[in-house]
Amino acid sequence: MQRQNVNTFLLVVVGMSLTGAIYLGYTYTWFRCGEQRQCLKSGEQRKCSNSGLKEHQKNLYMHSPQGLLNKQPSVVGPEGIISLTPWLAPIVWEGSFDSMLLDSIYKQQNITIATTVFALGKYTQFLTAFLESAEQHYFVGFRVHYYVFTDKPEEIPLVKLDKERQVVVLKVPSSTRWQEITLRRMEMVENLIEDRLAYEADYIFCLDVDTKFYGHWGVETLGHLVGVIHPGYYETAREQFPYERRPESQAFIPSTEGDFYYGGAVIGGLVKDVQELTKTCRVQLDIDAAKSIEAAWQEESHLNKYFLYNKPSKLLSPEYLWQDFKAKTKEVKIIRFSQVIKNYAAVRPNP
Amino acid sequence: MKLNRIFILFILLLLGILFYGASYLGYIQESYRKLQIQITDPSIKTVLMTEEHKDFGLRSSPGFLYSQPSLLEGRTDVVSITPWLAPIIWEGSFDSTLIDSIYKQQNITIATTVFALGKYTRFLKEFLESAEQHYFVGFRVRYYLFTDQPEEVPEIKLGEERYLTILKVPSLDRWQDISMGRMEILEKLTKSEVANEADYIFCLDVDTKFYGPWGVETLGRLVAVIHPWFYDYPRDQFTYERRPESQAFIPVGEGDYYYTAAAFGGLFKEVHELTKYCRERQSIDASKAIEALWHDESHLNKYLLYNKPSKLLSPEYLWRDISSSTRHVKVIRLSHVAKNNVEVRPNA
Repeated sequence: MQRQNVNTFLLVVVGMSLTGAIYLGYTYTWFRCGEQRQCLKSGEQRKCSNSGLKEHQKNLYMHSPQGLLNKQPSVVGPEGIISLTPWLAPIVWEGSFDSMLLDSIYKQQNITIATTVFALGKYTQFLTAFLESAEQHYFVGFRVHYYVFTDKPEEIPLVKLDKERQVVVLKVPSSTRWQEITLRRMEMVENLIEDRLAYEADYIFCLDVDTKFYGHWGVETLGHLVGVIHPGYYETAREQFPYERRPESQAFIPSTEGDFYYGGAVIGGLVKDVQELTKTCRVQLDIDAAKSIEAAWQEESHLNKYFLYNKPSKLLSPEYLWQDFKAKTKEVKIIRFSQVIKNYAAVRPNP
Repeated sequence: MKLNRIFILFILLLLGILFYGASYLGYIQESYRKLQIQITDPSIKTVLMTEEHKDFGLRSSPGFLYSQPSLLEGRTDVVSITPWLAPIIWEGSFDSTLIDSIYKQQNITIATTVFALGKYTRFLKEFLESAEQHYFVGFRVRYYLFTDQPEEVPEIKLGEERYLTILKVPSLDRWQDISMGRMEILEKLTKSEVANEADYIFCLDVDTKFYGPWGVETLGRLVAVIHPWFYDYPRDQFTYERRPESQAFIPVGEGDYYYTAAAFGGLFKEVHELTKYCRERQSIDASKAIEALWHDESHLNKYLLYNKPSKLLSPEYLWRDISSSTRHVKVIRLSHVAKNNVEVRPNA
């Protein structure tokens, strides 16, 4: 009788421990899954460590604190051009890179470069020259998807594209103010990235449409976060940069700070990094709009603020953004991409 | 009695099956859920893509010919950028205050390995003391010291947030074997839990001493140091392994820079790939009774030729001798110390 009791008791104990083990097994996997789900849903990927990678390893950002007073970096040094920023980001000039070598490296990576342009109102007239010249010079031999934002899809010209390249036309509402059009670009690019580009592209460039390619623009421009040095200010002292100077604006930069003046006509990088940029700028633009402030150079002012505290990982020399009305200078030996001469009154919806 | 036991065993078996069945189902369900997440949550794709990009090395193909990059000819007295746009770090090319401020926000840890076998333990005191003065000052550093004589390791006072771990390894008779043996040890280390305790790793020779600052300007995905004796040599005079029978063979006509094996580093993943490659190739050579001209350094150079480093350190970062200098090297940060090879090596 006792023997039987012991046996039954043992049986019950074993049974309970097995049941406990099964239950723990279940809750553990559920817990792990749940945690992961929660991580993703909050959209804050940075807060989650995925597969053991440290937060900063994934970020590779270079945030620098506001108010840090570092000497203004030179573009033109005593010995000629400088190829490196003080935070060790390459500055891309003709002669500093080997195209064939870089092409061979990137060709192995099967990349897609998304390229956004905004052609609203009369700006559609610039598309033919833009696209035709891009087909000649811009990432030749690589997969490029152009995303053309326009309020007049019917005016988009048919341009012959190389294979593996396509144009996607996105209809957006018209605007009566050119400043408004330029301000909304950040938001539209942010949305495009969230809706589509995260799946479709590795890198993205956001370019102005009233431009034309005159020379090679290739994979030497690819990086995590890429800005271009504005052609009008590469020799200017930082106090004279046309930054937004009113402290009420989110784009405010004091005169003691500043690395370079970046052109708003070219923004590039990994899709994820550009998403972060456009999102931040959009938020800051909205804050300004709510206070009825419009920064000196609209989104370009906000872009400059972003790049000051979130250093680009690569800078493009003014070869990559010139202005047709400017003559060549001794430093800028080749013009690759340039803003065409236009009659502002004729193309803008408002003065 | 017998029936009872059978009954008990039967119940246990049933419960055992149930347990494994439940675990298996739980596992299946989890992977199904994971799959679902992948499909429906767009944010995951972005993260995946970033990780993919972490895998993008700068690989180029053997036999692919192009002009030799130069360190001295360019638009300044030294060239600060490679033809694949990797920075070359020279004094004056960076702002350490700025870079420090950027990295200070990232709470990083730098692992540092050093091998001191046999008589090489005598170099430890100066190496560590000078490192405490100059090497990643203000940042968290974990030294991993490999030695066959832990009792010979001197007591060094380390600064705050600086740690030392001593790892015992077997003695070896040949200094060449000691040098090449590092690769296998590092290959394992970079996949061990050490990889979870640090963000970057540097592998340094112990018979060296710090004389100047070595800081976060050196951090990068895959970092190589230009050999102090060859930075102004044409590529055909680099002391690459030139016998096609060796895995480390590099033909005349190819080559970017001659890198030293006395200092290299980067992300754990990258250093793992490098050390694994070297270890594998060293083994293949050994099985054919061939030993590359400069041992692990030959294999390292081959790896870095076809897997371009993302950052190069100028010879300031590993110099010949503190008493010598050239006009290009304005600061000496880390230098070999004078040693009597015959006296200190286990073999000739």
